[in-house]
Amino acid sequence: MFNKILVANRGEIACRVFKTAKRMGIATVAVYSEADRNALHVEMADEAVFIGPPAAAESYLVIDKIIDACRQTGAQAVHPGYGFLSERAEFAERLAAEGIAFIGPPTGAIEAMGDKITSKKIAAEAGVSTVPGVMGLIDDADHAVRIATEISYPVMIKASAGGGGKGMRIAWNDDEAREGFERSKSEAASSFGDDRIFIEKFVTEPRHIEIQVLADSMGECIYLGERECSIQRRNQKVIEEAPSPFLDEATREAMGKQAVALAKAVDYASAGTVEFIVDKDRKFYFLEMNTRLQVEHPVTELITGVDLVEHMIRVAAGEPLSLKQSDISLNGWAVESRLYAEDPYRNFLPSIGRLTRYRPPDEGTDSDGNIVRNDTGVFEGGEISMYYDPMIAKLCTWAPDRAAAIGKMADALDQFEVEGIGHNVPFLAAVMDHDRFRTGNITTAFIAEEYPDGFRGVEADNELSARFAAVAAVLDDIECTLRAKAHGYRFSDGKNPAGKTVRIDRTNRRAIIAEEENGRLVTIGDRQPVHVTTDWQPGATLAQLVVDKRMLAFKVDTAPGGYRLRHRGIDLVVQVLSDRVAELADLMPDKPPPDTSNMLLCPMPGLVVALQVEEGAQVEEGQSLAIVEAMKMENVLRAERPAKVSKIQVEVGDSLAVDDVIMEFET
Amino acid sequence: MREILEQLEEKRREAHLGGGQRRIDAQHAKGKLTARERLDVLLDEGSFEEYDMYKAHRCADFGMQDQQIAGDGVVTGWGTINGRPAYVFSQDFTVFGGSLSETHAEKICKVMDLAMQNGVPLIGLNDSGGARIQEGVASLGGYAEVFWRNVQASGVIPQISVIMGPCAGGAVYSPAMTDFIFMVKDTSYMFVTGPDVVKTVTNEIVSAEELGGASTHTKKSSVADAAFENDVEALLEVRRMYDFLPLSNREQPPVQASVDALDRTEMSLDTLVPDNPNKPYDMHEVILKVADEGTLFEIQQEFAGNILCGFIRMNGSTVGVVANQPMVLAGCLDIDSAKKAGRFVRFCDAFNIPILTLVDVPGFLPGTAQEYGGIIKNGAKLLFAYAEATVPKVTVITRKAYGGAYDVMASKHIRADVNYAWPTAEIAVMGAKGATEILYRSELNDPEKIAQRTQDYEDRFANPFVAAQRGFIDEVIMPHSTRRRVARSFELLKTKQVAGPFKKHGNIPL
Repeated sequence: MFNKILVANRGEIACRVFKTAKRMGIATVAVYSEADRNALHVEMADEAVFIGPPAAAESYLVIDKIIDACRQTGAQAVHPGYGFLSERAEFAERLAAEGIAFIGPPTGAIEAMGDKITSKKIAAEAGVSTVPGVMGLIDDADHAVRIATEISYPVMIKASAGGGGKGMRIAWNDDEAREGFERSKSEAASSFGDDRIFIEKFVTEPRHIEIQVLADSMGECIYLGERECSIQRRNQKVIEEAPSPFLDEATREAMGKQAVALAKAVDYASAGTVEFIVDKDRKFYFLEMNTRLQVEHPVTELITGVDLVEHMIRVAAGEPLSLKQSDISLNGWAVESRLYAEDPYRNFLPSIGRLTRYRPPDEGTDSDGNIVRNDTGVFEGGEISMYYDPMIAKLCTWAPDRAAAIGKMADALDQFEVEGIGHNVPFLAAVMDHDRFRTGNITTAFIAEEYPDGFRGVEADNELSARFAAVAAVLDDIECTLRAKAHGYRFSDGKNPAGKTVRIDRTNRRAIIAEEENGRLVTIGDRQPVHVTTDWQPGATLAQLVVDKRMLAFKVDTAPGGYRLRHRGIDLVVQVLSDRVAELADLMPDKPPPDTSNMLLCPMPGLVVALQVEEGAQVEEGQSLAIVEAMKMENVLRAERPAKVSKIQVEVGDSLAVDDVIMEFET
Repeated sequence: MREILEQLEEKRREAHLGGGQRRIDAQHAKGKLTARERLDVLLDEGSFEEYDMYKAHRCADFGMQDQQIAGDGVVTGWGTINGRPAYVFSQDFTVFGGSLSETHAEKICKVMDLAMQNGVPLIGLNDSGGARIQEGVASLGGYAEVFWRNVQASGVIPQISVIMGPCAGGAVYSPAMTDFIFMVKDTSYMFVTGPDVVKTVTNEIVSAEELGGASTHTKKSSVADAAFENDVEALLEVRRMYDFLPLSNREQPPVQASVDALDRTEMSLDTLVPDNPNKPYDMHEVILKVADEGTLFEIQQEFAGNILCGFIRMNGSTVGVVANQPMVLAGCLDIDSAKKAGRFVRFCDAFNIPILTLVDVPGFLPGTAQEYGGIIKNGAKLLFAYAEATVPKVTVITRKAYGGAYDVMASKHIRADVNYAWPTAEIAVMGAKGATEILYRSELNDPEKIAQRTQDYEDRFANPFVAAQRGFIDEVIMPHSTRRRVARSFELLKTKQVAGPFKKHGNIPL
């Protein structure tokens, strides 16, 4: 076994690998760029080596620097994590030449699976079910149309070298096939310098389901069940789970066996993932094989009890797999939510900056036996930088069944405090409460279909509003009780009023609180009273309450006359007023927020470095209007439609906050 | 007997109707509450006790003798706010447009006198068309009686004004002399001369909102300290602020029961100051993480954002916080920020509120606009205010403390009691680059040499230890322990006593 390993990565995955290495008694080495000087992975490692400027191309992606770091520290093996150098055959080769072990598959497997066309060919030869289609040379548009007709529409046309959604088109008829071919070809040439195109059957109502495999260098290979990763936003996975709510045992076994067959075909050794697309009839087709540890590997670990990183290290050290297929059984259900630093209310715009507050829920097993696991590379006071993936954390929950795992996730998200930057916790919480997600009736189009106009937050229904009201009433009661101790005046007998009015969005609900021996009995309107206990104290930003024996968590901030409460993706100001004040509040005008459709608002905090139009100017759609510099990045703000600039409200050099008005337009 | 009691009830009912249902409805239609409704929001439920409910004017000109309305356009008395007393007056726009008559003024003066005598603050809710023109000079006399009392009360009891409708002409000078002015957005305005007069005299065409609305006075003129969405929100926020204030200068600030731990550490403050000295950070974060319960009541949030002023609590007791804000103009001092903070410091000093100063100041803002505007005398206001303040003063330098601005920001030399610095502090005459350019002018054309000189200067002065060696800094502290350090200091300073030289009053550079 190795004495010391280096992780050629950063963030949560570096921390994740260090955890296992430490448990195995292996010394750890981190590498870090200028931007990661204070990063968590640097702190966690036994040693850390500086490898250059923030840009990954000048640090984490420079093979020489990683090898130097190994030499300097005497690291015997390198775990590449995911991304960066993890699927670069050259990296594995260079390490081998230096006599450093690569904690990943052999070079040949990386190469074979790295190219879409080659990998598909190998898969087909290995008896893996592939999507009907034609890869390789397609002469021209007419040829493309002939192929499409053969396969039958709809078809997908995409660049062989492309990843994600780049250079990918769907055609439903001959014309679209012709056009799609031309455009994909030119895009592929310009983006990847490789204009090879392939056409395949487009799978409708597809699910993304992948099989985890684990192989050793003696030719042993097993599969560890599947992960369903259908909840994606623009091909970016957001929520994953294991097992899939869709697979039956037969399909699982068939997919697993094919995945193993493919791994064996390329002499795979290490952890790997074979991705499939599954249609509504549970027909599955090979998509690609990822020759590395996946981001979402924790869900597999949670249902199998296998530490994938440990096995990767052992296999890399030449040990045979200690597990047999029969050792693998899937136990319970695990869900993973990826917390991203992107603002769901602003079309998921990346939101970088300082984490003024970062308090994840407690990890471990709760009294019901459910598990919370949080893989992260950040800390309170740390920075989400513009240079890397904006992931804050991977929050996972495990429970005996799917509903309980989802419920646990909803609770954990309620407890997860992240402030200072925009983040997608409300969106994740919304999905957890979404009926369609809860029933498991999902496809890769789930987000696009359910949130076609983006995410606007969650509206509280009557039930939830009452829950918010009860919580706010309790918090207010705690605060009033504490404050009443303060001053020494006596102008009344200080009896608390019989009740108060809770006001949410101009709706008043009467709240009556009765002190009980342990807790409070809260009656909202004419609803059944609920019993609430909590140890919340004024100033705490998280309130954990037991409401009728159910643990609930709310994020708490003060707001005029009450609290701003966040829970289940709902964000509400809840006022707790005397009845009289609430009655008078009804007389206040409902001021609609100002119409900002004719204004250019600053999308992020930043400095105005240029104004490119003047008052009175007629601007065209797409014309650049102003440049705002934020975090050393120049952001060009463009006109969304033709308009006339009526007023410019800022000057060059002004520093702006989010939503500050930059200019106004005439309609 | 019963009949007589009923008569009282009847008289009260009548008085409560003010200018009548029609005018009450009109007031509501404008999105405004009536004078008594406002007091229902401001004061604890059932705590209001009204004085002079039946007082009426004595004017017999212009047909006024036929219009007698009980209360004469202002409701006065006292009540409690979270259990602590306050004197109040609330002008009633439904009665003669809330205009101020001689008797109206007498009612206000009566509560002002009581407030002074009893050491209880006064809160005025302004909603008045101005002077009662029918009364002529008697009305003007009434105003002046109020003004004189405002000045007498200044520094004795806190005085708070809430502008909840028109407040124009001479009437503005009463709120102007109180400690804090709050406004309601869209329904309140203040100006000395209204849009019509402005147009006649200067040909400027301007709306009442633009001339003297809440936005104008919170962002441009700094006349108002905060603006709120509506009457209810404004009054609820006044209640929140009231909890920070002592009742008079004879009292210590109130202590609120709190469970927030004194030794709460905030590890994240250790990474707050960026490595790059030119990169800003939000000073609010320090304030909120140091304060009890993360609570700050900020004053003049929308004006001179390069300095932050507001009330927090430490160990339950009110503390005034003044902090440079690197996010705006790099946190430098200028005319606006010096005036804003200077006034705030004087308020705190007058009412025994200790002052916490957080320093990250690169100096004074240069330029003709500042010099022509009198930065010399305006900057001196803050220096004067800090130097004369005898309340406990604790200072924490987080990063830059350059030049004269270092002296101004509650330095040891002007008698701050405890001066801390974070290890990231740089206490120097100026930034290293500027300093070397002056010291080594002859080497300016040799960038290599200058770079070396700059590095030397940085190594020598870009730290808190030079100042600490001289005792200008009492201790260099870990950022994460700031709350404990500051809270313990204020606790210790509760018994601070200093005697100044006898004087009638100082001569602050106004």
